[in-house]
Amino acid sequence: MAEIAYWEAIRRAHDEELANDRMVIAMGEDIGVAGGTYKATSGLYQKYGPDRIIDTPISENSYTGIGIGASMAGMRPIIEIMSINFALLALDTLINAAAKIRYMSGGRASCPIVMRTPGGTAHQLAAQHSARLARMFMSTPGLRVVTPRGPLDAYGMLKSAVRCNDPVIIIEHESMYNMRGEVPDQETFRPLEGAEIVRVGTDVTLIGYNYSVHLCLAAAEKLAAMGVSAEVLDLRALRPIDRDTIRRSVEKTHKVVIAEEDEATVGVGSEIISIIIEECFFALDTQPVRVHAADVPVPYNRQMEKAAIPNADDVLAAALKVLGRV
Amino acid sequence: MNVSDQKRLLREMIFYRRFEERSFEAYMERKIGGFLHLYSGQEAVATGVLEMARCGHDYVITGYRDHVHAMKAGAPAREVMAELYGKVTGSSRGRGGSMHIFDPTVNFMGGYALVGQPFPLAAGLALACKHKGTDQIAICFLGDGANNQGTFHETLNMASLWKLPVLFVCENNLYAIGTRIDRSSAVTDQYKRVGAYNIPSSQHDGQDIDVVMTAARDAIAHVRGGKGPYFIEFMTYRQRGHSMSDSNAYRSKEEERKWLERDPINIYGDRLKKAKVLTDADIAAMEKAVLDEIENEIVRFAEESPEPRVEDLNLYCLDDHPDPRWIGPLSQGDHNG
Ligand SMILES: Cc1ncc(C[n+]2csc(CCOP(=O)(O)OP(=O)(O)O)c2C)c(N)n1
Ligand SMILES: [Mg+2]
Repeated sequence: MAEIAYWEAIRRAHDEELANDRMVIAMGEDIGVAGGTYKATSGLYQKYGPDRIIDTPISENSYTGIGIGASMAGMRPIIEIMSINFALLALDTLINAAAKIRYMSGGRASCPIVMRTPGGTAHQLAAQHSARLARMFMSTPGLRVVTPRGPLDAYGMLKSAVRCNDPVIIIEHESMYNMRGEVPDQETFRPLEGAEIVRVGTDVTLIGYNYSVHLCLAAAEKLAAMGVSAEVLDLRALRPIDRDTIRRSVEKTHKVVIAEEDEATVGVGSEIISIIIEECFFALDTQPVRVHAADVPVPYNRQMEKAAIPNADDVLAAALKVLGRV
Repeated sequence: MNVSDQKRLLREMIFYRRFEERSFEAYMERKIGGFLHLYSGQEAVATGVLEMARCGHDYVITGYRDHVHAMKAGAPAREVMAELYGKVTGSSRGRGGSMHIFDPTVNFMGGYALVGQPFPLAAGLALACKHKGTDQIAICFLGDGANNQGTFHETLNMASLWKLPVLFVCENNLYAIGTRIDRSSAVTDQYKRVGAYNIPSSQHDGQDIDVVMTAARDAIAHVRGGKGPYFIEFMTYRQRGHSMSDSNAYRSKEEERKWLERDPINIYGDRLKKAKVLTDADIAAMEKAVLDEIENEIVRFAEESPEPRVEDLNLYCLDDHPDPRWIGPLSQGDHNG
């Protein structure tokens, strides 16, 4: 078991899957000769060559479409989009094509692509580099959407995504690429479905995904010091979503906070609250609270950006609210 | 081309025409719903190009005007008709309809409604052929209007850059719904638009199947020979409206009459008569046999086939038999990791 960075975990998954199956290729802007914006494919161009580590022109919609077409003919492309903001250009091929081809062909064709992209706010990148958009993919039937919170899932979910027969969107995070965590030395696969209880507790459930799991963990730490036992649930997969694990946790704690880095409207938190109401409304002691971004394009100014994006103290405050401590 | 192949080609085109006209009738009887884009008038293009391809081996992909491309590529006609009827025996099990005919068993990789979307998908199919090192190629049929999409420019650039074995066939029928080509395209000769991407291209008569076949043979030889993509433009005309509700008010009767005189089936039929390959009586017999086949085999199959079961609504959204190693659930030991 070694401690490695999130970007190294992604790189290792690429390397193993490329070595395992000649039909696996990677494609994206600056991933080859330049080694990848976040180093996630560094050294692989030298190892696997230009036909398998494909540097693409800045044509998101069409290179994604090329990956989709190749996948229909048996290939396993891992498509990198430099930022989820740029994935908006590829929505036609991702949502109108990849997500629908299996269905509209009556199950006769499939698109086993992986599209990975960082989707989160980093540091003062301003409005056009800070969108999160998980909710948009999450609402699209025909896709799988996963949000690895650390190196183990970043590694093991990418490996599973390459082998799975569905189009999988992997949402990473600009602020997590250097985060370190333990990954087993032996080959490991992490499932593309299933939420995970990452901290067991009894008094309140804090639900997060991707980076917001870390806000929940930090808040849980502070709550522990105040004598509150918080359970932290990592959704891991936004589509399909694990309703059971959510229900079981809420039936235990009876109180819920949902932390998302995205805006609230028609968002992940709204969906989770709907699920809770449908699954276990009477288990709730009090109304759930959402912690979310301000309803504005993300500003550049440092203070304003901080104010727009939720942090661990916001999660803590929300937890105290549902606990009736404020 | 020998005499029996010539007869077969004429029969195929007559069959495709009758198939389309019969589906028009079924639409009027409300047995077919949605949008229905007919290919009448353009038959020589798909028939001629795919006659020169290796159907079942090469990949074929196109837009929503896809029935004839699918059938010539090898999809059974009765399954295509059953798909128009929304039946479970249809090419796409009733889930796709007219615009989304699929038959991957013969490498017909679909009809797509989004204008221009098949460009990159075709290049991707070609990338896979190249990667596997087979002698397959990908053939992408699209209309003139599709060339105004970004995917046209983006894909031509990458296909050329990576020397992908893909043939782009532009069926220039002069209109994108009701917008005539000179009102939407700054350069009306579509084959000239690919010059910027270092892809060879040419323009030909799309009404004369012999011309189509000669041009397609050379273009396919170029692509299959590993020389990269080729863009071929055929001048053609749709005899019917864009879809069912179109009255063609935007084009003149004079123009329509002029193109009807260049009907691809008549051009080829007249040539075969002149060459004494067929007589008028032979052609009449052929027409009758086609009508019988369409009525008694194709339409009947579609009418008698069952509807898909509503209980199966959720099938085919994701892989219905996923491998638990990749999909989950998380085992107990995985928790708290
Ligand atoms: C992206 C997109 N925009 C608009 C439409 C509506 N639409 C359907 S067909 C069509 C015209 C396409 O013309 P062309 O490519 O010349 O093909 P043709 O119908 O003439 O065969 C339009 C605008 C669409 N289906 N997809
Ligand atoms: Mg047109």
